[in-house]
Formats: sequence, structure tokens, C-alpha cells
Amino acid sequence: MLDIKNLHVGLEEEDKQILKGVDLKIGAGEVHAIMGPNGSGKSTLSYVLSGKDGYEVTDGSAELNGEELLEMEPEERAAAGLFLAFQYPVEIPGVGNMTFLRTAVNAQRKARGEDELSAGEFLKVIRAKAKDLEIDADMLKRPVNVGFSGGEKKRNEILQMAMLEPKMCILDETDSGLDVDAMKLVSHGVNALRDAGRSFLVITHYQRLLDHIKPDVVHIMANGRIIKSGGPELALEVENNGYADLLAEVA
Amino acid sequence: MSLDTEVKDGVDQETVDAVREVGGAYKYGWETEIEMDYAPIGVNEDIVRLISEKNKEPQWMTDWRLEAFARWKLMKEPDWAMVDYPQIDFQEIYYYAAPKSMADKPKSLDDVDPKLLETYKKLGIPLKEQMILAGVEGAEDIPAEGRKVAVDAVFDSVSVGTTFQEELKKAGVIFCSISEAIQEHPELVKKYLGSVVPQSDNFYATLNSAVFSDGSFVYIPPNTKCPMELSTYFRINAENTGQFERTLIIADEGSYVSYLEGCTAPMRDTNQLHAAVVELVILDDAEIKYSTVQNWYPGDEDGKGGIYNFVTKRADCRGKRSKVMWTQVETGSAVTWKYPSCILRGDDSQGEFYSIAIANNLQQADTGTKMVHLGKNTKSRIVSKGISAGKAQNTYRGLVSMHPRAKDSRNYTQCDSLLIGDKCGAHTVPYIEVKNNSSRVEHEATTSKVDDDQLFYCRQRGMDEEEAVALVVNGFCKEVLQALPMEFAMEAQALVAISLEGSVG
Repeated sequence: MLDIKNLHVGLEEEDKQILKGVDLKIGAGEVHAIMGPNGSGKSTLSYVLSGKDGYEVTDGSAELNGEELLEMEPEERAAAGLFLAFQYPVEIPGVGNMTFLRTAVNAQRKARGEDELSAGEFLKVIRAKAKDLEIDADMLKRPVNVGFSGGEKKRNEILQMAMLEPKMCILDETDSGLDVDAMKLVSHGVNALRDAGRSFLVITHYQRLLDHIKPDVVHIMANGRIIKSGGPELALEVENNGYADLLAEVA
Repeated sequence: MSLDTEVKDGVDQETVDAVREVGGAYKYGWETEIEMDYAPIGVNEDIVRLISEKNKEPQWMTDWRLEAFARWKLMKEPDWAMVDYPQIDFQEIYYYAAPKSMADKPKSLDDVDPKLLETYKKLGIPLKEQMILAGVEGAEDIPAEGRKVAVDAVFDSVSVGTTFQEELKKAGVIFCSISEAIQEHPELVKKYLGSVVPQSDNFYATLNSAVFSDGSFVYIPPNTKCPMELSTYFRINAENTGQFERTLIIADEGSYVSYLEGCTAPMRDTNQLHAAVVELVILDDAEIKYSTVQNWYPGDEDGKGGIYNFVTKRADCRGKRSKVMWTQVETGSAVTWKYPSCILRGDDSQGEFYSIAIANNLQQADTGTKMVHLGKNTKSRIVSKGISAGKAQNTYRGLVSMHPRAKDSRNYTQCDSLLIGDKCGAHTVPYIEVKNNSSRVEHEATTSKVDDDQLFYCRQRGMDEEEAVALVVNGFCKEVLQALPMEFAMEAQALVAISLEGSVG
């Protein structure tokens, strides 16, 4: 599904390398988690993969199902099946949540040469999916993320993911700012989307999210590289001992 | 609003489609090659008399014009607005241009100049309406499809036809060109013309009073709700021709009318002058909604060409509990100078002003409103959304004045500016005068930028950059778009998107 090779990334504005040779391969249907101390480059990885401005790729490649992601516009990556659940979902005043989503869904369908969903079809699908995430009609009508609580914002991200049906989902600290109940709800939403044809990259600071979304592989990232990969037990080890031991191991 | 209506309106998608279809160009930039009847270039008393004569006006009207012209000669062009343009030579403009084929009204479709028909078709006015506009007799009896909107079309200097006149007549509504009204309803015209915007009001209004060639006239009789929306379509076609139209709408006691105004012009690299006057008179318990989608040619990316738009629009809420609502979407013109105003004379009268002003490339807009509270317990509301992109300058200029007699009056002003890119400017110039101690004035102003994070968020979800900008900007304008009649709202949303094409990246 996703194949990242020797990815080197710096900031465009200043002379600073953030990713220093990331290698990561995620197979179809797999769930991978990335953990790591602050500033290790986790969020940068998610932004670079989705095409945010401000970064310069100096070496390496990232392919999604054999297609080079790094050469595409952000919207082309989205149409190719890449989805990023934002750590800080953005507010768009005056634009109804549902209008936003329908515009997005149809933009992707159009880009892929599919027919657009009619208002009726769209409404039927979104109602069912919103219900699963306990998103009420009012939240669908309100402007995108405006006045949403932290939990509502994250649930809204998962709703967008459910509606867009991406192949490769990146969740950037989706658990930050969530209480226990909201985390369960969000995790349930994510688990419902797990599928043989869909892969996940879950970026998190805390093992507790991985209690709900069980990863196949856990990677530890530090100083712009993946320094260790293993099974779910690796996350438990970090939870108990912190990163100090792992960092020492590499050094 | 229910869940259903939110999706069904589906307007944002329309915007997106419109952007795709139009591909960024000014849609109405073509020119109709048609034989025109011009008055000699420039302006003097003879030209004023000639225009009056062409319209077969009575002597009192000619005198009124000449009086205005005498004043105009003594006036100076105002320079206080934040707009900058080369000196206009008022003697280098044609003050009258009319399609030759309109000299005698055609009797059937065969007699109509096909070029005129083609023009209306291109402008998206339906065929039946085209026939009526082209002056084909009997066309009005053909049943109309869908919702009815009566249209008065003004092509350069003359009104070329008004639709649905018969049906309106049954309701007692008079909707015709102002030239026709001067002949057919002189008592109404005499009573109200210049009663809201006097001949001496300002430089451009005075010029208009002298040389206005045509425009629309509406009279809604007491206790009548106008059975359909009325609309005027202005088109400047001829080169070097000024358009000076005059609109007069009178809503008699307890009546209601919704009036729409649309404007386009061909693309030219010379500037053209448009100096219109709109007067609204609203009597006891009456209401007028006046909506404008102004899409004059704005000039090219280098600021070459485009319309100079110097317009005086004023509503006089003369009656008790009278109401007026101005809604405007200003996307065109190289220079816009326009302040639709409300004189809240009657006690308990209300004025509202909703505005979207978009300036892209090298466009300059200085626009806003005046709310003059004279009566007791009068209310006004101003919602202004200014959007600047490219190297454009956009100024909101608004006056709220509470006179000593206007006890317990209230105003609320919300003035938001949105900047796209870092070479444009937004300016807010509020003037507030309160001369009594029981009135309340609130003013809120914000300035924001279309932010990269919003655009990235939209693009990550699959929209391209232009779709994303259109979506964000339409969200910014939402309150004003909602104040427009449905069909206009769609057109306006599409226009917002088109006007901002090429403003990012």
C-alpha cells in the first residue's frame, strides 16, 4: 500500500533537516502505529505525505500503490486514496459541514472519473455514517469545525474519513484532547473502517489509543528516523519505560 | 433549517461547476455588432435637449434636465473616495446610443434585429423573454415556464422592452421604462422624480439628472404585493458610451416589491462610465427589497479597461413602519463608487444593507452605505463583506447618523474584510454621528486572510485550489448571500468564485 524509502525532508524556509532517511512499508489492510518523543518528525511525516507547503524533500520516495505521491498535488493524493485526520482540524466559518463534505466527496469522484453523488444519495449515506459516530443533524449543519469541542472535531474527522473511503488513512494524534468516552467512540469509528483493502498509519504519543485500535506493527521514531519496529508489545514497553532506553540503544 | 434543505440547496457545488465551465474568463465580455444611433460626442445643452427629444418628453422634463445641467457645469468631481483613476474627459463620451432597429418597434420576430435577440440569448434571458424584449407583439400571451420574473432590459441608452406588463397591469402594478412613465404617468414622475436624490445631490447624480436616457419605473399601488419579482437588466454595449440610467420605484402604502438588477458590459481596453441614479420611495407599512448583482467588466489583470461605476442609490422610508433592504453583490467595474443609502424618515421605519464587494487584480472599490435616522424608533442593520485579492483596494465607507428626533433608534454594523494574497488592501471608514441620548449604535469590524491551513485542509479532502478558495470565500459571504432571492444567490455564488479566479497560487 504505502512504501516510503529513504525519505529526507527539510524545511523550505530554513536550513533544517527534519526527516533523515525514513523507511516504512505498510501492506494492504495493515495498521501501523508510530510513536516517538516530541520533535521526532512524526507530524512532519504526515504533512509531507499529504502535500502540505513549507517542506522540501531532499531525497527518497513515497509510493501509494506504486504511484509516486511526492510529485502530486494535495488534491491528487486525496483522490488517489490518501487521507489525513488532522491533529488540529481547521475551522471554515460559514461553510456547512455537510456542504463541505459533499463538495469534497464529489471533487474526488470527479477526479477519479466517477459520477457525482446526488444530494439524495449523499444524504442517505452521511446520515447512516453520522449516526455510528453519534454525530447529530445539528453538527452536520454547523459550519465546519466552528465551535466544535475537541471531541466533536475528532469525530468529524473520522466521519470525513468514512465518507471519503480512502485507501491509506493517516491519523495524526487523533487521541489528543479526547476524554475516555470520546476516544472509545473515535476508535470504534476507525475499527469499523478496518478492511483488507485499507491501511492505517496511527501517530500517537500514548499507548492507550492502541488499546482500542490494535496495531499490527509499532514503530518508534526519533530524530527523523525510525529507530525500532516491533509488535504491539513495543508500545507497552514505551508506556512503561519511556523513550530513554530505546534512544540509548541506538546511540 | 432541516437536514434536507441544507443538502438540497447544493449551491456550493454549483459554484464549483460554474468555475469549471467558465474557466476564469469574464463571461459577458463579447460585443454585439449592431447599427447604433449615436448623439454627437460630448455634452452640452443641445445634447440634453436631444436626449429629451429622442424620448419624446414633455417640456417640464426638458426644463428639469436643463436645470440639472446648469448646476452640473458649476460642480466639481468629488475626490474624497479612496479610488484613483485618470481624469475623465466628459466631452469624450457619447451620451446617447440606441440600436437603430429600435427606432420603430418591430411587429414580429422576423422584424427583430437578430443580433439583439442573440444578445439576450447569450445573457441567459429565456427565449420568450427575448421575444418580448425584442418587442414582438403577442409574445406576452405565450405561457411562461417556471417562476416568473418580469424583466426590463436596458441596452446602452434605451430600454428595449419590458416583459409581463399586461399581467402586472391587472395587479395595478406599473412597471415600464422611465421614458414611457414620463409620457404615460407624468403625475407620478413629477411628484417623485428627484424627491429622494435631488438634481443637485452630487456631481454624478446631477450629470445623470441632465442626461439620463432611460431606466426603469415601478409603482406598486396601496396594499398590493407585487405578484412577481421585477428585474432590470443593464447592458452597456457601445464603445465610449456612458450609461446614465435612472430608476424610480414607489411602494405605496402597505405594498411590497422585490426588485433585482443585473449589469454586464463587453470587454474593452478603454474605460466606460456608468453613472446611475436609483430612487426608492417607501410609504406607510410598505417594503422594498432591492438586490443588485453588479458584474460590469472589471478590466484585465493589468487594470486596462473596465467600467467606472459612480452610482447614487437612495431609499426614502417616508412612511411609518416602512422597510427597505438593499442587497448588493459587487464583483465588476474597474472603479466602484457607490453607497446605497436609507433615509429613515418615518417613525419605526427600518433599513438594511447587505453587501459583498469583491475587488481582484487592479480593481478599486469604495462602497458602503448611509443610514440616516430621522424618525423615532428607527432601526438599521449593515452587514458588509469586503474581499480583496490581487493588487486590489477595497474600502468600506459607511455613515450612521442619529438625528435629535430619532429617539430610541438602533443601528448594528458588521463590517468584515477578507484578504487573499499580500498585495491587496482593505480599509474601513465608519462615520458615526449620534445627536440624541436614547439611541444605540454598534459597530463590529474584522479583517482576516484566507489562510493556508484552510486551503490545505480543503485540498487534502480532494478539492483543487480554486474550489477551495471559492468555498472559503462563499462561507465568508454567507450572511449576505442568504439575503438574496434564490436564483440570484446561485448566480452570485458562482460569480464570487469566478471573480476570484487566479487570485491564489
